[in-house]
Amino acid sequence: MSTVSVRLVKGELIMMMIALGRTVAALGLVGLFLLSGQTWAIAADGPVAAPSTSSIDQALTQVTSEDESIRDAAIRLLIEQGDVSLVPRLDEIRANADRSVRQPIKQLMDLFKNRAKLTSPNTDVRRSAATDLGTSGKPSAIPWLDAASANEPNRWVRYTMEESAALLKLASDDPSIKAAAADTLGNLRSQNGVPVLKQLVEAGAAAEATEPQKTVAKAAGAAIERIETWGVWSNVFETIFRGISLSSILLVMSIGLAIVFGLMGVINMAHGELMMVGAYATFDTQEIFKAFLPPSMFESYFLTAMPVAFLAAAGFGLVLEATVIRFLYGRPLETMLATWGVSLVMMQAARVYFGDLTAVIAPGWLSGGAQVMVGVYLPFNRIFIIGMSIVCILGVYLVLFRSSLGLRVRAVMQNRNMSACLGIPTRKVDAYTFAFGSGLAGVAGWALTLVGNVDPGLGQNYIVDAFMVVVTGGVGKLAGTIVASLGIGGLNKLIEPSFGAVYGKVFILVMVILFLQWRPSGLFAMKGRNAD
Amino acid sequence: MATNKPNEVSPADPGTVAPSEAGPSRRDLLVQGTKVAAGIGVAALLGNLGNWALSYAAGKEPIKIGILHSLSGTMAISEVSLRDTVMMAVEEINAKGGVMGRMIEAVIVDPASNWDLFAEKAKQLLLQDKVAVTFGCWTSVSRKSVLPVFEKNNGLLFYPVQYEGEECSRNVFYTGAAPNQQAVPAVDYLMSKEGGGYTKFYLLGTDYVYPRTTNKILRAMLLAKKVPADKIMEEYTPFHHQDYQTIVGKLKKFSAGGGAAVISTINGDSNVPFYKEFANQGLRAEDAPIMAFSVAEDELRGMDTSSLVGHLAAWNYYQSVDTPQNKQFVANFKAYCKKNNLPDGDKRVTDDPIEAAYFGVYIWKQAVEKAGGIEVDKVRKAVYGSKFLAPGGEIMMDAANHHTYRPVLIGEIMADGQFKTVWRSKGLVKPEPWSEFTNPDKGCDWVGHQGTYQK
Repeated sequence: MSTVSVRLVKGELIMMMIALGRTVAALGLVGLFLLSGQTWAIAADGPVAAPSTSSIDQALTQVTSEDESIRDAAIRLLIEQGDVSLVPRLDEIRANADRSVRQPIKQLMDLFKNRAKLTSPNTDVRRSAATDLGTSGKPSAIPWLDAASANEPNRWVRYTMEESAALLKLASDDPSIKAAAADTLGNLRSQNGVPVLKQLVEAGAAAEATEPQKTVAKAAGAAIERIETWGVWSNVFETIFRGISLSSILLVMSIGLAIVFGLMGVINMAHGELMMVGAYATFDTQEIFKAFLPPSMFESYFLTAMPVAFLAAAGFGLVLEATVIRFLYGRPLETMLATWGVSLVMMQAARVYFGDLTAVIAPGWLSGGAQVMVGVYLPFNRIFIIGMSIVCILGVYLVLFRSSLGLRVRAVMQNRNMSACLGIPTRKVDAYTFAFGSGLAGVAGWALTLVGNVDPGLGQNYIVDAFMVVVTGGVGKLAGTIVASLGIGGLNKLIEPSFGAVYGKVFILVMVILFLQWRPSGLFAMKGRNAD
Repeated sequence: MATNKPNEVSPADPGTVAPSEAGPSRRDLLVQGTKVAAGIGVAALLGNLGNWALSYAAGKEPIKIGILHSLSGTMAISEVSLRDTVMMAVEEINAKGGVMGRMIEAVIVDPASNWDLFAEKAKQLLLQDKVAVTFGCWTSVSRKSVLPVFEKNNGLLFYPVQYEGEECSRNVFYTGAAPNQQAVPAVDYLMSKEGGGYTKFYLLGTDYVYPRTTNKILRAMLLAKKVPADKIMEEYTPFHHQDYQTIVGKLKKFSAGGGAAVISTINGDSNVPFYKEFANQGLRAEDAPIMAFSVAEDELRGMDTSSLVGHLAAWNYYQSVDTPQNKQFVANFKAYCKKNNLPDGDKRVTDDPIEAAYFGVYIWKQAVEKAGGIEVDKVRKAVYGSKFLAPGGEIMMDAANHHTYRPVLIGEIMADGQFKTVWRSKGLVKPEPWSEFTNPDKGCDWVGHQGTYQK
């Protein structure tokens, strides 16, 4: 989990200063230990009354005892009375112990560490610790979790603490506690509780079940029902989100193509490689930030990279237009072959020049996810791309339909000769339009670094889908592209859960082919003289 | 070895930069450019001649070996490193006087990640260049495509990558792991108390022969170990799959309540989106560790490792293996890459296939010396049972089944893209090309039997 910790070191420092400032020494100390990671010095741990050191020392020597019962008793005593300050000593014992003893000592140490982490200033650390305690199977963690959840400000951390405590209580011997725990898990809609609850139901249904077992089973059954109903709804919600997310990615990558292929009619097979240019521009920006700017600025590299990616890809587009495509207007086959050649050259050039050390590190504020309801995480990077796609659409709309440049572009695309007669420099407009479409490809490449990796084959992964979206939507219609990406993305995510990713893809392709048989010009066909 | 390849001018070669003083006319430039080109040509020729002269001075013609790795196309990212490794081994051997006093001359071909081209280039190496041995292939499909060529022409191929087994060719030596040296022990480890005692397994792979066969073996193994069928999930994605939302969602449901592990045979560029999505949906390595069979140091180098930390992988070698010969090997490799201006220079790392490719060259060298010649039939016999102190420790070739005895190491991914070994097999593990779980009645033996036989 070092992502989290590295990302939050800064935050922790600030938190620590506040904590120290307020002389909440205990909190600060624990934070310090978390920062240093390894050096577990003696902590002033509040809630535990100072135990008699002699009994702990004795237990520590007994932990490695040959006799299992003495060992277990010692471990029990340590769990009850010990705290995180014992960890370095336990570590020492563990290093010298033989294999059979190491495992329980490791568990003991984890227990202590997790207990200390419950009061960490970092929410992720607290939450992780609570989850680990829940799966540790040690009932002594229940009071710790209960105490921690009472003071917990963060809703989802509190949820995890309550869930973990209920899971531990479920293993209790007392049927009334068990039933109450099952009920709590049901109230919490805890997916993590389902396997254990199912076992309880099975135990209650067995022929030799006792009366208390049956009452517990009944409570467990009711809890499972509630959890599963909730599961259905959260699944619906998640599927919708996934569909929208995939659609937004499809939209971002096909919007540039919708202009170049849709409006201009240029089949640019190197469009994917223009995305690659955008992705590498993002990588370069990141490297420049790393090399020349203070680390505190690093987080902002990603936003800076957007115009860089746009300009880089637009620049490539201008050059491509001026050197290759300009000579091939109106000859789609030649354009296709030539740009395909260009794409191969660009891919191998990237491979040779960049090698493969090209990881783009998502900025901290775009990693992780927001939990919106029980069991449902919406990753920040996906939310960001959804927002991005909307911004792109608005931008394209403004440029094409609300600016004089857009007016010229549309005029040239509709009737080149008439536009030329009216004094519009059609060649220049062609070049600008192509560069604009290419720049949008660059922006797509920039956004895609958030979900995928940056490698020379990046463009190839997306280009087929992009063409599919534009063709399905209807060549020349922006609205078609939007609707088609929503349709294809949503359908894909509807099919995938039941048929798997491979058949999902096959199915989508078949659907698109059938659809084009029915409506060869796509969802939104061009009307009028210009239609062909 | 640049002198051996006068035609292959690397893009980073300073010699190719055209002179660009201000002032000279186009004609001057042309003349100058021609001069420079001619100079390079002559120098290369001289170098080459020098090399030939050296080997002729020793009275012997050089031995030709083939290198059949993709240098362009999708697999280049993985395979270029193997070409570099083999070239490094060749350089080392030549520096120490070659094999039986003869220099090694490498013939490098580029099958461009195209399976048909693999067969064609293999034919070229065997029939036209008449190489004594070939080092090459990465993907199973490329190996399958060259297999008939090597068998028909009695060639010799050293294949350095872990694979799915179920193959027993007389003309191939497999220096990577068989399933029982990687996949099976990895799952055994996860099921053990020490490994976490996992009880639910999600087998996730890219849709092609290696993941399918490996998962078939693993499923048989899990069922044999009394893991109920509903605790095993199997799922495949197309090549280059980028959208792992649904799968991670399923995984989250599957892992609820703990005890679940993911066995990943996801290949290549799909790994980054998968690990990213896994972390972003709030899953941790502690909830469900991902045990990967296709993610090694060389792949990690191009990834943002932050979302991979704490997950596991199973291999037979890591760069972090602490032996004196490994330290030397890693340093040599970095130095070699830097010296030859290869991309990323001394930031390059070694990994399992790189080690396997490296010791493969030495196993062949030893065998040639033992056999006293480069004839394939003699060399093959000499390889059986031979040992070599590889960077990761001593390895041994099997006495009959063409595979390699290697140690198994489970490693945890660290933030710097290296592995921390968390478990190591006791000694070397005997390779079994036919898994005891899926083909208990089959064996592979080229000494007592004719290849695959019924037990």
